[in-house]
Amino acid sequence: MSAFARIGTASLSRRTFLISVVLAGGSLVIAPRLVGPAQAADATALTPFIRIPPAGKIELVIASVEMGQGVYMGLSTLLAEELEVRLNQIVAVAAPADPARYAHPMLGDQITGGSVTIRGFWEPMRQAGATARSMLIAAAADEWGVAPATCRAEAGEVIHTASGRRLAYGALVDKAATLPVPQGVALKPASEFQLIGKPARRIDTPAKVNGSAKFGLDARPAEAKFAAIAICPTFGGTLQSVDEAPALKVKGVRKVVRLSDAVAVVADHTGAARKGLAALDIAWNRGANGDLTIGELERSADAALDGTARVAFDQGDVDAAEARHPRGIEAIYRLPILPHTTMEPMNCTVHVRPDGCDVWVGTQVAGRARQAAADLTGLPVEKVVIHNQFLGGGFGRRLDHDVVIMAVRVAQQVDGPVQVVWSREEDVRHDSYRYLNRSRIDIRLGPDGMPVSWRHRVVGPAIMARFLPVLFKDGIDLDIVDAAESPYDVASKRVEFVRHEAPDGMLTGNWRGVGPTRNAPAVEGGIDEAAHLAGIDPVEYRRRLLGNNPRMKAVLDLAADHAGWGRDPGAERGRGVALLSAFGSFAAMVAQVHVRPDGTLKVERIVAAVDCGLVVNPDVLRQQVESGIVYGLSAALYGRLTIEQGAIVEGNFDDQPVLRMNECPLIDVHVMASAEAPGGIGELGTPGVAPALMNAIFAATGKRLRSLPLATTDLRGS
Amino acid sequence: MAYSLNVNGKNYSVDVDADTPLLWALRDVIGLTGTKFGCGVAQCGACTVHLDGQAVRSCVTTVESAGTAAIMTIEAVGSTQVGNRVQQAWLEQEVVQCGYCQSGQIMSATALLNENPSPSDDDIDAVMSGNICRCGTYPRIRAAIRQIAAGPGFHRRRLR
Ligand code: FES
Ligand code: FES
Repeated sequence: MSAFARIGTASLSRRTFLISVVLAGGSLVIAPRLVGPAQAADATALTPFIRIPPAGKIELVIASVEMGQGVYMGLSTLLAEELEVRLNQIVAVAAPADPARYAHPMLGDQITGGSVTIRGFWEPMRQAGATARSMLIAAAADEWGVAPATCRAEAGEVIHTASGRRLAYGALVDKAATLPVPQGVALKPASEFQLIGKPARRIDTPAKVNGSAKFGLDARPAEAKFAAIAICPTFGGTLQSVDEAPALKVKGVRKVVRLSDAVAVVADHTGAARKGLAALDIAWNRGANGDLTIGELERSADAALDGTARVAFDQGDVDAAEARHPRGIEAIYRLPILPHTTMEPMNCTVHVRPDGCDVWVGTQVAGRARQAAADLTGLPVEKVVIHNQFLGGGFGRRLDHDVVIMAVRVAQQVDGPVQVVWSREEDVRHDSYRYLNRSRIDIRLGPDGMPVSWRHRVVGPAIMARFLPVLFKDGIDLDIVDAAESPYDVASKRVEFVRHEAPDGMLTGNWRGVGPTRNAPAVEGGIDEAAHLAGIDPVEYRRRLLGNNPRMKAVLDLAADHAGWGRDPGAERGRGVALLSAFGSFAAMVAQVHVRPDGTLKVERIVAAVDCGLVVNPDVLRQQVESGIVYGLSAALYGRLTIEQGAIVEGNFDDQPVLRMNECPLIDVHVMASAEAPGGIGELGTPGVAPALMNAIFAATGKRLRSLPLATTDLRGS
Repeated sequence: MAYSLNVNGKNYSVDVDADTPLLWALRDVIGLTGTKFGCGVAQCGACTVHLDGQAVRSCVTTVESAGTAAIMTIEAVGSTQVGNRVQQAWLEQEVVQCGYCQSGQIMSATALLNENPSPSDDDIDAVMSGNICRCGTYPRIRAAIRQIAAGPGFHRRRLR
């Protein structure tokens, strides 16, 4: 997350790191170690760490999980570049869950999220590779009695250039381990990169096209049973009663498990478990939220706009500027409750025994999951083993481990391993929701039509208060206000935060693009409204406000150029632009829409230009931006959950649609060449989509939309 | 009662209720986990398999209705010429992200190309819109299918 990244970048630049090298189990183990408060005793207590065995592939042990974002590939590339090995000589291995050993240096916990993996290890990883290479060269030179400078490394071997003698890295590990560890080995300049910035095949993909990749749902411990689960539909409600008999009559059903807030049917296969569950007539105590409706929640979020605010960002004198300049725009932007709908529904497989507990799950927070299992079972944490699986999508959902807790509770009542499978409906109705957001934006213009003051009040929950308290300061969730101040040069700016939580019992969490996704519609819609009021072209208007932000301006120009900005888009069509400066990266997006007189909306094209600093793998970057755009499109067009009688109404892709192939616009992603430090890419594509679309619809129809999703707005006759 | 299923050329006996979705028989009883669960109601296509060459949603196809049909899953589709081309094109276009939907995408695309070796964009939409990808790989899926459709020699050989 962007706010994650901000603390991270700060702490990385303040701290330096050392490279630890030890011989462990016959292998040379190398790890970058941040010199800071927490110092690890040995290199295998850090990740990523590199293990060079006497024979076979080099292992890169990574605590971050692979969930489609290409982290294995990214880190392997950084290492291979400096270690002088081929990518296929490295095998990336998942570290076990153990935050005491494998906490991310920026986040202080074993979390994969916030687009920080590559950013955290961009330099340390290369430094580790370079250090190891230099030691291996020194070892070989010593072996041959020649000067290290006369040797070079190539494809996992040291070569004595003059004589052509060669030694594989594996043969040198013992000797290398006895040598002093050089510090500050020079890194290659960007111009000499062989791998970084070059397109390369991802290494995790072949298993994903032949069905052999193992996701959480594919865990098959011996003798595993399968459970279908029904959780109380109202938030905070409890189980009243259930007659088990109808389920037990179903062939293959073994058991009905009752929990205080859920019922699970355990069977020989998921089909029987689901059938058994469907046969049950479960009575719930609906609890305090039993009568809740979405209308009530919407009204209460609106009311919070006038609640007590804390100032999160303050520059210049907004009050004085507003007093002097009455002309401007004031608007309220409203965002709905969103589910994540990862393609792989929630699931977790657990085996609880008196002496230990095994958990198979795809999670972004393996350490927390492990601790939770230990707490529930009363086992010492060392007795809990998390077998992390591929994640069938994360998008923030698998940053919460409520699913693991539920599955362990079920498994405590089952002999042997049990795979607890959420139906899609349960997955949607018990998510860690992106909760409602409200933004009031007040932009005042000077006589020349340009903004002189910017006030943005953000209403939403403080997720970080529970999720990552280091990002909850003085009552302000630093993530939720992230990018609320906009990238624009405005003399006076203030961002205010009003904390507004979901009802008790409703889990709210992180959603792709996090804070910036909440803020982008108001920021980019607001500036568009200001441009319109000033009578200035929206791209030109933004450009004039980016004098101090050359990277932002450059991507704006690139996107506008490729989108044909300024040329007639054709009848019933319009283009809209949105910018984003977040996650250490810059993105500009131009959407083109076609709105027919009958109100049908077609998103025809999205052109994005991004500057993510130096790019490790340009194709992975493009993939991630495309992915973020499509994810943002689904939400912008359709994403919205409603609540009646205390329960989420929508449940599956029929009533909570997502973008499909036939609706997918042409997407062009243009990457700005850059030598700056790498920025985040995983969340970059999502925030700008909704505002670019809203602005495009305005351009096409003159209708200014300020609430999502767009499919709820009638565009007829426009 | 036990049903005999012919999956990827092998016979399996599964002792499940007649109305058990084929998806669970494949995944949980036979142990072929490449076929995925995404929605359970024929909305997402993650569970797509071939029944006598036709793409079907295994989450709503009962074991009974599968009868004696030849069932093919992602685990074996690479042994067919078209299936193999699809997998290769998927790798060449770097389609895959999290990968969870891709078994279904590949099974749908293979069925499409078996039926129609040079699908138009509309043909692609008509068939592939039944397969959801939350990672948003649609543009690359389209590119991969186009690549195969344009590929050398493809039109001369109708397969299977
Ligand atoms: S699981 Fe069968 S179509 Fe979604
Ligand atoms: S690749 Fe992740 S859902 Fe398609």
